Amino acid sequence: MALDRRTAVAALLRDRGGLLVVSGLGSPTYDVHAAGDSDANFYLWGAMGSAALIGLGLAQARPDRNVLAITGDGEQLMGLGGLATIGVARPRNLSIVVVDNGHFGETGMQRSHTGCGLDLAAVASACGFAETGVAADMAAVDALRGTLHRPAEGPRLFVLKVEAENPPRSLPPRDAVFLKNRFRAHLGLPVT
Amino acid sequence: MPAAADAKTDLAQPWASDVHRVLKSAGVTHMSYVPDAGHASLIDLFAADPDVVSNVLTSEQEGIAIAAGAWLGGKRSVLLLQSSGVGNCINMLSLMTIARFPLLMLVTMRGEWAEFNPWQVPMGRATEPALDAIGVRTFRTDTAEDLVEVAGSAAALAYEADQQIALLISQRMLGKKIW
Repeated sequence: MALDRRTAVAALLRDRGGLLVVSGLGSPTYDVHAAGDSDANFYLWGAMGSAALIGLGLAQARPDRNVLAITGDGEQLMGLGGLATIGVARPRNLSIVVVDNGHFGETGMQRSHTGCGLDLAAVASACGFAETGVAADMAAVDALRGTLHRPAEGPRLFVLKVEAENPPRSLPPRDAVFLKNRFRAHLGLPVT
Repeated sequence: MPAAADAKTDLAQPWASDVHRVLKSAGVTHMSYVPDAGHASLIDLFAADPDVVSNVLTSEQEGIAIAAGAWLGGKRSVLLLQSSGVGNCINMLSLMTIARFPLLMLVTMRGEWAEFNPWQVPMGRATEPALDAIGVRTFRTDTAEDLVEVAGSAAALAYEADQQIALLISQRMLGKKIW
């Protein structure tokens, strides 16, 4: 029995403190929004393959803050080379959580590479990530929540094995300039 | 790598230290790159700069996303690539134009001047129209003096006016690759 994605993401973001979150397009963006909107969320509606790398740029810009990129298996598969770049860059404050349903859920539930057996945690490990893992039950998700707030030796990637289903969409604003400026204002940065 | 790359061009890159200085004074603290012989000196200067965070990429589009993340965190990131890599960036550039993220790309041109490798020609031809089509403004430089001046102006336009800018460094200026 795999995880319910909304329950798992909400549990991961409970008492999130100063965590800065980037969400990948499609269901992960809806999951993060459904867990509670925050000025410290940057939701993606496009730019497939970018979530973890936006996380890297942000983590390198703000080494004093923990950064979490929450994305889907399809989105991370498109950015597979980015795992090599992140492994080499070795940020200590970046975690990637892949909400893995083994399918391209937004486009008709076609089976993805992870659904065909590809192991993203193993890929991240091969790319030099400091910690990787797979969570398939809520006890593991609760443990992972604590891990996200603890210091790391390098980048971390965790896979949440979730049911292949599309819960009702929870839609954040689509205005990218608004989302960018809201995020920067949250960090006390000037907005233009 | 950079030393070997230098050996493959018949021109040194004396402009690199000026461009490095101009970008630093524009507040650039982050740099990412896919190597190009034409950028070898500039990559070396940034990589040796203790105040700059450098990232080597597997594909140029990664640097677009990194620049967006850096800006979210209050930092200015520049991307160094060659014209073939522009083709790898197109959809990722939608992130920069729709969110009005500042972007400065320094693109060394291939396939347009004394080119030996025909495989470089199609993307060389497509570079400027492709950038134009996705909404990135281009400036072309043919001399080192021009490059240094345009780099400063392009950095201001990017980081102060939230524009997406590609500075195209002509192959004529960079010199012929030796085969």
